[in-house]
Amino acid sequence: MSGQTVPADFSGHMLDLDEDEDLEVFSKNISLEDGNPMPNSPGSMVNQYRLEDDEEQQDPNTKDLFITVDKPESHVTAIETFIMYRVITKTTRGEFDSSEYEVRRRYQDFMWLRSRLEENHPTLIVHPLPEKFVMKGMMDRFNNDFIETRRRALHRFLNKISEHPILSYSECLKVFLTAEDLTAHRKQGAGFLSRMGETMKAVANSVRGLKSRPEEFTVMQEYVEDFGNKMSSVDRVAQRIAKEQREYLDELKQYGPTYTQWAGFEEELGDPLKGVASCVDRCSKETEEQVCHLSEVLIPTLHEYVLCSETLKAVMRRRDNIQAEFEAKNEALISRKADQETLQEEVDGLADRLEQANNALKGDWSYWKNSMTTDLKSAFISTAEKNVDYYEKYIAVAVGFLTCTHVCHDKFGVCVNI
Amino acid sequence: MVRKRSASSADKSSNQVIMADFGSNEEVAVIGNTDLISAESENNIINTMVERGTPLLNKMEINVAEAEKRTGKNTVNMQETYTVYLIETRPAENVPEGGTQTIPDTLWRRYSEFELLKTYLMVTYPYIIIPPLPEKRAEFVWHKLSSDNLDPDFVERRRVGLENFLLRVASHSVLSNDKIFFHFLTEEKGWRDAVLETGFQDKVDPRLKSLSAMLRVKNPDKRFTALKHYSDDLNTVISQLLRVRARVADRLYGVYKVHGNYGRVFSEWSAIEKEMGDGLQSAGHHMDTYAASIDDILEEEEHYADQLKEYLFYTDAVRSVCKKHELIQYELEMAAQDLAHKKQQKEELVTGTVRVFSLKGMTSKLFGQESQEQRESRLAALDQSIREGEEMVKEKNTECQDFVRTAWEDIERFKEQKDRDLREALTSYAIMQISMCKKGIQVWSNAKECFNKM
Repeated sequence: MSGQTVPADFSGHMLDLDEDEDLEVFSKNISLEDGNPMPNSPGSMVNQYRLEDDEEQQDPNTKDLFITVDKPESHVTAIETFIMYRVITKTTRGEFDSSEYEVRRRYQDFMWLRSRLEENHPTLIVHPLPEKFVMKGMMDRFNNDFIETRRRALHRFLNKISEHPILSYSECLKVFLTAEDLTAHRKQGAGFLSRMGETMKAVANSVRGLKSRPEEFTVMQEYVEDFGNKMSSVDRVAQRIAKEQREYLDELKQYGPTYTQWAGFEEELGDPLKGVASCVDRCSKETEEQVCHLSEVLIPTLHEYVLCSETLKAVMRRRDNIQAEFEAKNEALISRKADQETLQEEVDGLADRLEQANNALKGDWSYWKNSMTTDLKSAFISTAEKNVDYYEKYIAVAVGFLTCTHVCHDKFGVCVNI
Repeated sequence: MVRKRSASSADKSSNQVIMADFGSNEEVAVIGNTDLISAESENNIINTMVERGTPLLNKMEINVAEAEKRTGKNTVNMQETYTVYLIETRPAENVPEGGTQTIPDTLWRRYSEFELLKTYLMVTYPYIIIPPLPEKRAEFVWHKLSSDNLDPDFVERRRVGLENFLLRVASHSVLSNDKIFFHFLTEEKGWRDAVLETGFQDKVDPRLKSLSAMLRVKNPDKRFTALKHYSDDLNTVISQLLRVRARVADRLYGVYKVHGNYGRVFSEWSAIEKEMGDGLQSAGHHMDTYAASIDDILEEEEHYADQLKEYLFYTDAVRSVCKKHELIQYELEMAAQDLAHKKQQKEELVTGTVRVFSLKGMTSKLFGQESQEQRESRLAALDQSIREGEEMVKEKNTECQDFVRTAWEDIERFKEQKDRDLREALTSYAIMQISMCKKGIQVWSNAKECFNKM
C-alpha cells in the first residue's frame, strides 16, 4: 500500500471508499498548503507529483510502472474459444513483491478491472476500453486486424491507468497485473451487490432531481455533450479519408503496371516510361503507408476519445447521484423530527462523500483535459508529419526520374528550387 | 486557366515547333529562327525552332483564338447550335527573303469543316500520317468534367486541339504546301466548294473504310506489318492508360475534397475549446486550402491526358497508312497474278497444250480445233492484253515503291516526333507531380505548426 501527497491540482481530499475495498483511505483533514505528508501507511513510499501545465502527467523520469500488452493467442476450452493477451509488467515500486510479472488476460478480465476502478472511484475519469462488439463491417472476433486493433487499445488502456496519479496505485490494478489466476479475485466482487443496491437508491433519488448543480459542473456537463459530438464528427471525417485513400490506392495499383506494359514495346521511350511507372509505384507504396498510419494512430485515438465522452457522461451522472443522495437524506433530516442523531450522522457522511467526489472530479478533470490535449495534439502532428513524409518521398522519386532523363526546367521554375 | 501545349512535328532534321504560352489569353505559336541540334533538343522542354522546308510556317503565324456559339439551319433545315472557332493568321516575325507576304486575317470555321479538311488530306496524301483532330466527344472523363460538347471546358480544350492540328499540318514539309489547306486558313467563303471540286471523294476506296476487309496479301511487307502491330499495341495501351488515369484522378479528387470536412469540423470543435481553439481553427483553414488545391492540380493533368490522346488518335492515322499500303500491295499482286495468268494462256495457245482448264480448250476439244485465222487473232488480242498487263504491273510496282518510300520517310519522321513529344509529356507529368507534392508539403507543414500550438 502506498501513500502519496495529493497533487497540487486536487483540492486536498480524496475519495472515501467502501470497507472491503483495499484502496487507501485518506484522512480528510489533511490540507495541501500545510505540506504535510499523508500519515496513513507507515513504511509506505511517498510519491510526489506535481502537475504542471505543459508537462506530461507523469514525468517520464519518475515513471516506475511499465506495462505492455502483446501476443494474443487463441485459447480453446470445452465451452468456448477466446483470445488471451499477454500482459507484462516491469516495476520498481515497493508494493510489488517482484520487479517483473507476466500474466495472461482475456477481454473480460480487462472489463473486470475497469468496472472495479469505476466502482472505487466513481468520479474519476477511467479511460475507456475498446468496444466489446464490433458492429460494422465483416469483422469478427477472430479477424487478425480486429485482434491487433484491440490489443493496441488494451495496451493503451493499461498505460493510461498506470500513468494516472491515483488509479495507478489501485489494488485491483496490482491484482490484475500480478495474479496468476484472476478468476478467484473476480469472484470476490462482494461490493457488487451492495453497489447494485446503491445504484437503485441513486436512481430513485435522482428522479427527484437535483436541487442545484454547482455551476462548474453544469459547464462541464455542457462541454461533455459538445465534446462527444465533435469527437464523433472528427472520427467520421478521419475514417472517410481512410476510405477514400484506400479506393485511390486500388486504382493506383493498376496505373503503374500500365506504364510498364507500354515500356515493353517501346525502344526510345522505354526508359522514361519505366521511370514514370516507378514513380507511380512509389506513390502507391507511400499511400499504403499513409492509410496504415491513419488506421493505427489517428483513428484509434479519435475513437478512444469518442468512447471517453460516454465515460465522462457517466462520471457526471454518478456525481449527480451522489449529490442527489445527499440532498434526499438532508431533506429527510430536515423534515423528520425523530432519529435526528442517526440521520445527522448519515447526512454528514453523505456530505463528506459529496465533497470528496466533487473534489476528485475537479482535480481529475484538468488531468484528463491535459491528457486529452496531449494525445490528440500528438496524433494530429504525427498525421501531418506522415503526410509531409509521403510527399517528400514521392518528390525524391520524381526528381530521380527527371535527373535520369537529363531535363532542364528553367521555364517551369520548379527545378530551380529542387 | 491558361494552358501550355507543345505541338511538334519534325522532318528528318528533328526540329520542333512549340506553342509557348506565357499568360496571354490567346495561344500563340511562336516560331523563331534558332537552330538546335538533335542532342540539345532532348534537353529543352520549350524549343523555339523552325522547320526547314516548311514554307508555310516560315511565312505565317497561326492560332485558333476564340470559340463562339452560333445557331443556324442545317442541311435538313433544322435549327441547331454549334460552335465556331476563330482562326487568325499573320506574318511571321522573320520572313525569309523572297517569300510572299501574308496579310493578317481572321476567319471562322466549325468542327465539321476541320473534319472535311482532314478527310481531304487523308485521301490526297495517303502515304502521310495525317495529324489527328481533337476528339469529337469527350471520352475518358473523370466525374467532374461533363461530356457535353457545349461545355466551356470541353470547348476550350477542343480549341487548343484544333490549333495544334493546324500547326502540325502547317509545319509538315509536304502537307503545308497544299493549296486547299492554305485556302482553309485564308478564305472563309467558298472553301467547301473548292474542296469538293478537287474530286477527292472519288478517290476514296471503300475497302479502306472497312476495318474487317482482309486483303489476302501474299508477300506482306514485314516493316509495315510490324508497324501495324505496334500501332495496335499503342492504341490499346494508351486507351487503358487514359481510362485508369481518369479513375485515379477521380479518386484523388475524393481524397482531397474530404479533407475539407476537417475545416468545418475543426472550426466547430474549436468553439468549445479554450487552449486548443486557435490551433484547431487555423489548422482547419489549411485543410480547406488543401481540399481546394486539387482543382488546379487535376486541370493541369488534363493537359497531359490530351497529349496522350493525340497519340491515341495518331494510331488511327498510322493504321490507315498501313492499310493503304496493303491495298496497293494487293493490287500489285493482283496485277502480277493477272499478267501471269495471261502469259500462261498465251503459252498454251502457242504450244497447243492445255495445262490449265479453259472453256476455249474444252470447246476446242469438243467441237474441233479453231482455224488458223481465229487462232492468230486470239493471239494478237492476248499479246495486247499482256502488254497492257505489263504496263499495269509496272505502274502498280512504281506506285508501290513510291508509296513505300514516301510513307517510310514520313513514318521515320513520325517516330522521332512521337518519341520526343511523349518523352516531353512524361517529363512534364513528373514535374506536375512534383509541384503537387510541394503544395502538399506546404499545407501539411503549416497544419503541423497549428497543431503544435494547440
